[in-house]
Amino acid sequence: MNISDTIIALATPAGVGAIGVIRLSGPNAIAMVNEVFKGKDLSKQEGNTLHFGRIEYQAQVLDEVLVSLFRAPKSYTKEEVVEISCHGSPYILESVIQCLVEQGARLAQPGEFTQRAFMNGAFDLAQAEAVADLIAADSKAAQRAAMHQLRGGFSKELALLREQLIHFASLIELELDFSEEDVEFADREDLQNLVLQLLEKLQPLLDSFKTGNAIKNGVATVIIGKPNAGKSTLLNALLKEDRAIVSDIAGTTRDSLEDEWLLGGVRFRLVDTAGLRETTDVIEAIGVERTNAWVKKAQLVLYVADLSQESPMSLQTVLSEYSDLEVPLILLLNKTDEVNFKSSDWVELAEYIVPISAKKQVGLDTLEQTLLDAVGIHQLNDQGTLVTNVRHYQKLLQTKETLIEVLNALRTDLSGDFVAQDLRHALYHLGEITGTISNDDLLKNIFGKFCIGK
Amino acid sequence: MQYNYDVIVVGAGHAGCEAANAAAKMGSSVLLITMNLQTIAQMSCNPAMGGVAKGQIVREIDALGGMSGIISDKTMIQFRMLNRSKGPAMWSPRCQSDRMKFAEEWRWALERNTNVDFWQDSVQELIVQNKELKGVKTRMGMSFYAPSVVLTNGTFLNGLIHIGEKSFGGGRMAEPNAQGLTEQLVSLGFESGRMKTGTPPRVDGRSLNYEAMEEQKGDENPSSFSYLTKEPIKEQRSCWITHTNEKVHDVLRKGFEKSPMFAGRIKGLGPRYCPSVEDKINRFADKNSHQIFVEPEGWETVEIYVNGFSTSLPEEIQFEAIKLIPGFEKAKMFRPGYAIEYDYFPPTQLSPTLETKLISGLFFAGQINGTTGYEEAACQGLMAGINAHQHTHQLNPFTLSRSEAYIGVLIDDLINKGTDEPYRMFTSRAEFRTLLRQDNADERLTEKGFELGLASQERLDTYLQKKQNVENLIQELKSNKLKPTEANPWLESIGVSSIKEGAPLINFIKRSDVGFEHFYKNEMLIPILKKYSTEEIEQAEIIIKYESYIDKERKMVDKMKSMEDLQIPPQFDYDKIKTLSTESRIKLNKLRPQTIGQASRISGVSASDISILLLFMGR
Repeated sequence: MNISDTIIALATPAGVGAIGVIRLSGPNAIAMVNEVFKGKDLSKQEGNTLHFGRIEYQAQVLDEVLVSLFRAPKSYTKEEVVEISCHGSPYILESVIQCLVEQGARLAQPGEFTQRAFMNGAFDLAQAEAVADLIAADSKAAQRAAMHQLRGGFSKELALLREQLIHFASLIELELDFSEEDVEFADREDLQNLVLQLLEKLQPLLDSFKTGNAIKNGVATVIIGKPNAGKSTLLNALLKEDRAIVSDIAGTTRDSLEDEWLLGGVRFRLVDTAGLRETTDVIEAIGVERTNAWVKKAQLVLYVADLSQESPMSLQTVLSEYSDLEVPLILLLNKTDEVNFKSSDWVELAEYIVPISAKKQVGLDTLEQTLLDAVGIHQLNDQGTLVTNVRHYQKLLQTKETLIEVLNALRTDLSGDFVAQDLRHALYHLGEITGTISNDDLLKNIFGKFCIGK
Repeated sequence: MQYNYDVIVVGAGHAGCEAANAAAKMGSSVLLITMNLQTIAQMSCNPAMGGVAKGQIVREIDALGGMSGIISDKTMIQFRMLNRSKGPAMWSPRCQSDRMKFAEEWRWALERNTNVDFWQDSVQELIVQNKELKGVKTRMGMSFYAPSVVLTNGTFLNGLIHIGEKSFGGGRMAEPNAQGLTEQLVSLGFESGRMKTGTPPRVDGRSLNYEAMEEQKGDENPSSFSYLTKEPIKEQRSCWITHTNEKVHDVLRKGFEKSPMFAGRIKGLGPRYCPSVEDKINRFADKNSHQIFVEPEGWETVEIYVNGFSTSLPEEIQFEAIKLIPGFEKAKMFRPGYAIEYDYFPPTQLSPTLETKLISGLFFAGQINGTTGYEEAACQGLMAGINAHQHTHQLNPFTLSRSEAYIGVLIDDLINKGTDEPYRMFTSRAEFRTLLRQDNADERLTEKGFELGLASQERLDTYLQKKQNVENLIQELKSNKLKPTEANPWLESIGVSSIKEGAPLINFIKRSDVGFEHFYKNEMLIPILKKYSTEEIEQAEIIIKYESYIDKERKMVDKMKSMEDLQIPPQFDYDKIKTLSTESRIKLNKLRPQTIGQASRISGVSASDISILLLFMGR
């Protein structure tokens, strides 16, 4: 790994656009651009300034450009950074990059700018990971979650957790190393309560991963129901376009259709499926099989029921098949325009129930609100911390699992040294996100709080 | 008169004695220089060896071939295995020692070794050429030469004793301090600092009323420190426990304004876990009583060590206060408590062999490195002695890792983290505590000691025999079965649940409610146990019962090993990484860790600094 060289890359998406930005970072960034820039002498300009001029190479004008100058350490990477705004033709952009590579710049690896920013100490690991998420963010909520993490919200929550774990570990260590001392040791019940409290703190973070992940990667939402219940009509109504073919003929949708839909900053990946029924039609049978596979992968299931065809009794039988579903199921009572119904007959059937008319577009506002509720989006609006990173999630999960071992050890009255062993592993896992928790931290806590010493 | 040696050891406390013994046993000609041959292996503070974590260290010293365990066994007046009620990693041997016999046995052990010569004098200067150590000069003007010198100066370097408003130079009460060495080392480029420690008053045992105290007896079935000791002690002396009270505290408070500590006359930092009684009262004002351990100093003396009452308040205050402790109403004092300040050299100036980075051939061990405790000092002395011998004979350095021994934890902590208060070992400092047990120190270390030429053939054979026996016992437990009809009446009699199908004996030991002690209650099983020693049976039980925890810990060691052992090139240029925080760049440059594992333990080097280092090393 070498960060003594200067790297270059196109900072805007490839392809034709109004403008394209080329970014350089490294000790020679300004000097290199200055070689081919006709305008002011860039080497004499201050940081955070903008300069108009031309890129000329081998007596040929490549483009008229705007150059943004950043001087170390006041730049994204804390190195010298130059951003060249060119006209957006791929040919121009390629030529400019080419001529700067000939000045000695090296084409950057994916993520190398962020890596440099991290290595130059611009932010910690959790923040660096947030930047990667921010760049990849394609919805408002994803961007908000990444910004929250970048500002250190996640790190703060973890710091709190860490502090409590250290306190807990100190109590255990106290009775081990200072068993001969005249101090009161925490009793097992108190310790169990402490672990339970820690688990309580941990759980929302873990839970938020579901939401966080949904926000980052979109929510796989599968629409199911009997043939001709109005699933495709619903899809079209939500997307406000004729995406699926609709007809009165049951089984019109033979394969699954997938589309993306942005709602409240969250990306829902809607999947319209073939209707669920026993069938002898081979192609339709394959479609039904696929539907079942989709449900297994779904993060949210919309069951569309046809009020004109189904009774609360028959529906109960159908829905019981989904009773072991681990993701939220929203029951949509469709065709309210065609049937008079008493909502009280249906309320017991599912956690989320929304009466709608897909055809007349009635009840869709309520549905939208319910969708956001079901994926737990309100958490984000509370400025809560979301875990969006798989690595963080796994470490937190390992921390939780080891804490449960700690709890079991306490319950079976295992000796403190084994409890401590499990606890250390929990600290180790958490430390992989927050940085190591050293044995000195524990001792410091003990000496601060207890009178030790013969 | 001989002037040339392989190894010179300066100081004859716990560190110096182990260093001299180790180098001499390995074949070096050793000169041991001490100010006073009458105080070899003097226990300056409490008359006890071992304790939590410290007992494990003594077992490790013994397993490698050191003497502290054997000497402790020969001179103990009481033995207790602490933490018996906890898991096996916590079992910690501790003994009360006969202070005078302890010193006598050590001196005799050294005198019996023909490779050790003695010289009573004070070393004032090192002879150094081109950053290489050549020898030492003494106060009497003698010069002795050796390629390796181990300094174990304890509290003697510019030692300053404080009692109340009085202070005077001394290395221990009634002994002169050592001058000149610190100044020379500083001029050679070493950094030095001051530390403080203290000791309680000693009283006349005949003047105490034991009826007002609680007796603390030794174990009914005492064991021992050394793997070679065959017979544990038969007779023991008790200790006694009493408590301070508000009246005692009130009297002590009267002396606070004359306290050298509170008045700021003591600059050095003392240990937080071994505070003076005035410090305890001051810091934990809500506690109106503190424990006092009344410890006899030996078989043939009435002198009593008042553990828990360390103080540097004026002697008349000490005397007035101590008489208010229950049982001490008529106490006669032999000597007052005092505090002592002394020079130490931040141990981050050492390499893992305890050789200084600045001067080749110069080794430091014990309190000079900022540690406290006989056991901590002794194990450093042992390691410095071994490595001094290796250095003189140009052999490979000998080090232990954090997962191999408390000794490894201690040295790794010292050289990487340094310490600004006297460093004492705790089990919580070891991340792989479950592996570093007192029962398996031989398994961890004896073969290494033997390869070094330090552990004797007898020691190796004893270990191998024990290992074989433990394996045999486990095998027997696997191959012998009990039918429900044979097992259930017995299981019922010990009040645990019965079995439905026949099971090998090992399955019973695996249960949390059955142990070997229950095997003695089944006549069918007694013949098996008769073939094995208590230690062998105990170890087999630990291996069987705690298998899953031991395995888990081993896996953790392996997991961390990849990072731990990742070598940093010796000439690695930290300055080229502008990205490191300034603090960690300075520290890394100064300490020059050999591995990433070591680097990660340096205080001030953060996790992200380590990620950066790994990136730069191409990982």
